[in-house]
Amino acid sequence: MIAYAFKRSILAILVALTVSMISFSLLYISSDPAIAMAGETASDADIEAIRQLYGFDRPIVVQYLDWLKKAISGDLGKSYYFRTDVSHLIAERLPTTMTLGLCAIIFAIGLAVPLGVASAIRPNSIIDRVALFLSVMGQALPSFWFALILIVLFSVNLRWLPVSGSDTWLHFVMPTIVLGYYAAPAIMRLTRTGMLEVLSTDYIRTARAKGLRPPVVLFKHALRNAIIPVVSLAAVQFGFMLGGSIVVETIFALHGAGFLAWESITRNDLPTVQGLILAFSLFYIILTLIADLINAWLDPRIRIS
Amino acid sequence: MTNLPQTTSTLPVSGLKSRVLRHKGMMIGSTIVVFVVLLALLAPLIAPHDPYQQDLLNRLKPPVWDPRGSWEHIFGTDHLGRDYLSRLIYGSRISLLIGIGAALISGVIGTFLGVMAGYFGGRVDMVVTFLITVRLSMPVVLVALAVVAIVGGSLQVVIGVLGLLLWDRFAVVMRSSTLQIRSMDYVTAARAVGCSTTRILMTEVMPNVVNNLIVIATLEIAHAIILEAALSFLGLGVQPPLPSWGLMVSEGKDMMLFEPWLITIPGVALFALVLSVNLLGDGMRDVTAPENRN
Repeated sequence: MIAYAFKRSILAILVALTVSMISFSLLYISSDPAIAMAGETASDADIEAIRQLYGFDRPIVVQYLDWLKKAISGDLGKSYYFRTDVSHLIAERLPTTMTLGLCAIIFAIGLAVPLGVASAIRPNSIIDRVALFLSVMGQALPSFWFALILIVLFSVNLRWLPVSGSDTWLHFVMPTIVLGYYAAPAIMRLTRTGMLEVLSTDYIRTARAKGLRPPVVLFKHALRNAIIPVVSLAAVQFGFMLGGSIVVETIFALHGAGFLAWESITRNDLPTVQGLILAFSLFYIILTLIADLINAWLDPRIRIS
Repeated sequence: MTNLPQTTSTLPVSGLKSRVLRHKGMMIGSTIVVFVVLLALLAPLIAPHDPYQQDLLNRLKPPVWDPRGSWEHIFGTDHLGRDYLSRLIYGSRISLLIGIGAALISGVIGTFLGVMAGYFGGRVDMVVTFLITVRLSMPVVLVALAVVAIVGGSLQVVIGVLGLLLWDRFAVVMRSSTLQIRSMDYVTAARAVGCSTTRILMTEVMPNVVNNLIVIATLEIAHAIILEAALSFLGLGVQPPLPSWGLMVSEGKDMMLFEPWLITIPGVALFALVLSVNLLGDGMRDVTAPENRN
């Protein structure tokens, strides 16, 4: 187990380093960052001053290593627009996004697992068909449009929920629904196939033959085994949600990291964008690492291969 | 040789047609897709007005089903008085172009990486798997938005960015399909006969993975269409005055409380197109490999 954990962690670190290189080089596909920072009216002397101030005149590898060294110690540079430390900005906004992500993943699991179990118990029943219908719909519904429709429905017509902001828990209801709805289909399908597989095994037949009550068989024996792959999928989906949070937070003006991403991108605030790409990727890498380790711990076969 | 037995009924192809016709989702999906493709191809003939022609005296005319609407503008006009139906029709060109363009680029990248990893295994496989992991850990929307913001939004840039980002599923599926094919007897036979690697890949491996490739390509077209709409909605995709459906929703959202059809019409169009492309893709998977269902 320790050997597996070690190997898997090394891989995670390599992935993180590669991502950091890519997000660093983003700054350089845009011609000269000094010119971008100085603005259109700047004189050559101003541009040169900025270049020296921020160290853009050094070789690119030196700049990368310098940036990386600082990034590891938590210093992601200063935001061009907000004029504060990028790491502070992100740390300030991240709790909102995490809250939203957690609510959304709980909503998705709460919706998907019961539906998946129900449709596995009775394949091709009405519940199974409704669940399939919902998941096919979910994949085709553009999230930004779904969000706008919810706003028109619940905020404008019914006046139940606030349109935008992040002050009370009511502000999180619609973003949670929009973000969670997209993670639900994958979780539901996996729960369904997992349950179908487990329900046809011998030990379930034995449990039934022993005369155990159906709920005990279903939840204590079947679901516990079927849910293992769902846990790691949920972790992956949680990681993807941070990306999805950009669209959702922007529409609902929820002041989280996703909204910060949109703000900094539209303002050409490259250090913040870089920092966010790095933070989002790191979060995903750590999540999948934890999920893999939990899986390996639960299932010895994974450790050996 | 004149009395060949009637074997046509056992050929897999003959079952294919009836399976397609019986597959409801696929029939619905392909009908809508064909309809949208025709709209896109024949846009100049079908569109009743010029999609860029502004008419500030006729701004925000409601669609024909509204009592204030008229047949002159069936879906009404937008905030600049442009005919909404014509913009919708021309918008289908953008969605399809981006979907197909991005899927082509990502398909080439993903297939190359996946087939190489699956066929050669070992170090090559390790590198490709690593690349897939790196790609998956970078948030697509964030990276795409950042690149478009830096390089500048245009149709080509959006196609290129999405093409460079969406190859992961191609690579994953092509890798596992190639792994399966590699251990087949006919591949071993081809190798024993002395065929070159290129020849084996082109004549033995590719024809057997192409079914999966088409299915993934279809699903990725839908993925790219919906991403383009999201990027354009956020203002960092296709730029005005191009009639992208995502951009139309974005332009209509400030007036959605009073003129809800401004966002309903392009939204429904987007939903219908993505849904039908997905149905087509799912249907092709079911039909070409009926044993793989569920």
